[in-house]
Parts: sequence; structure tokens; C-alpha cells
Amino acid sequence: MKPGHGELLLAEGDPRVQEDEERLVEEFRRQLDEGMWAAVPVTNPGSGRREAQLIREYADIPLEAERVIFFPRASGG
Amino acid sequence: MLLALLALALIALVLAAPLIVGAIKRRRSGRPARHRSAQDELEALSLYDPGRERRAEQRARELLRSCVNEEEWSMYRDLGFIRVAGKHARRESDKTGAPAYAYLVYPHKPIVAYVPASGQLLSEYCVEFPDLAGTGGRHRLPASDDVLAKWMALTSDEDRVIRRANLHLVGRQHDPARVRRDLWRLAEWERRRGPRPEIHQKSR
Repeated sequence: MKPGHGELLLAEGDPRVQEDEERLVEEFRRQLDEGMWAAVPVTNPGSGRREAQLIREYADIPLEAERVIFFPRASGG
Repeated sequence: MLLALLALALIALVLAAPLIVGAIKRRRSGRPARHRSAQDELEALSLYDPGRERRAEQRARELLRSCVNEEEWSMYRDLGFIRVAGKHARRESDKTGAPAYAYLVYPHKPIVAYVPASGQLLSEYCVEFPDLAGTGGRHRLPASDDVLAKWMALTSDEDRVIRRANLHLVGRQHDPARVRRDLWRLAEWERRRGPRPEIHQKSR
């Protein structure tokens, strides 16, 4: 998510393919270095409710995740 | 009459200003308008695209819909806000039953905390998601992206977003009467949809 633009596709690929994964890791780090937060929408296995899982490391991304959403970090308005 | 004519002339001048500026630039660069390249045309078009924000909002709605559950999406579509349950318990009994408190997430407005059992408004948390790229200007996320960002921040790490927010009593940016009316609308909306076991909303 980018203010003024909304949703932008940053990178896509198959993480099982090494070349793709390197690109995804690089983009992931770049976004976090820029101060963005990363999250993956998941279904809580206990409550069954939808929620977001904050991702701090590339390795934390659930295997079944189809996408990682980057959004500007929250600040007091 | 003269005043009206002057006003019309002023409006016409303002509307024609971009064309006049463009013509002057072309004259200075020595290129006639008919010889402008396709790139120039694209640049001119990218200056202002009245549909960009609408398309961004449409994409944001689709993204939001794909992330939240069906109830939350319907709530946002029908009422214009999403309710998110608070994760902390105030008493031991809260751990098993309905959440002790919840949030109303509005687009581009503070998050409102309230007690679902009583309808009591607790506080408003002013939070925004500023442009980190520093491209200048005062851009903000499309409305539905703003709701999704708050939803993700609250459901993933409630404490962090609440710590970063500016806390105020309800009434600073939200009209308390309007929020109470929204809670009533939410209760009516839930009543029409059938019982919801997760959060019990008191009708007021």
C-alpha cells in the first residue's frame, strides 16, 4: 500500500524457485528497510476469525501465504 | 452584472491556465503542438488523472474484501466501518466469553474503543499511515486501504499500534452521538443478520 497510489505489486514469484526467492527476499528486506510493516492475512486456527500476522523476517512468512502486504507503519495522527 | 462577468472571466482564466502554460512552454522549446511526441502526450496525461483515486479505491476495496472475513466485509460495505475485538481481558471471566472491549475502525478517522456489553465509549486512538518515501505532498492511503492497514495493525499487534496512536477521549474528532448511533446501527445490522456469538452488542 502506498499513500497516494493504493495497492502496488512489488514483486511476484515462486519461492520454491531459487531465483524468484532471492528476488522476493531482496524486495522484502528493501520494504522493511524503508520502514514498512509486513503482514499476511491468516485464519486463526483457534477462533476461526480472520486476522493479520505481522512478519518481521522473510522466514516467518507462512508457507501457504499467497502474498505479503506491506503498509506504512502507524504513527500518531 | 459586471461583477458576475468578472467572476466568469476569472473562472475561465483559471481553467485555461494549464493550456496557456503548456503553450508557453512549447513556444519556448520551439516545438509546435502538432509535433508533440507520444511521450509528451503521456506526460501531460499523467499530470492529473481524475480516475486514479477512484481506481485506487476500487482496488483497495477488493484487497480489503480478500483479507477480512465475510462478516467484516459486509459490515464495512453496509455501515462504513469494521469492528475489531480487543484481545486483552479485563477480568478472568472475559477470557472465556465475549471480548471486554472492541474497536470501531473508520477510514481516515481515529479508531474508537468501546465496551460492547454496555455501549460505553472509552477513547479514540488517532493513528495514520504516512508516506515514508518522502515524495513530498500530503498523500494518504485510499479509504479502504486505511481501514485494512488499521485492521492488520490491530489484529496482528494491538499493543504496538495502540502505543503509537495518540489517545484522546471520544469527542476530539468523532462526534460521540454519531458513534453511539453507529453502535445502534451495528446492533440493528446484526439483529437482521441473525445472532452472532462472538460479540454481543447492547442496543441503545
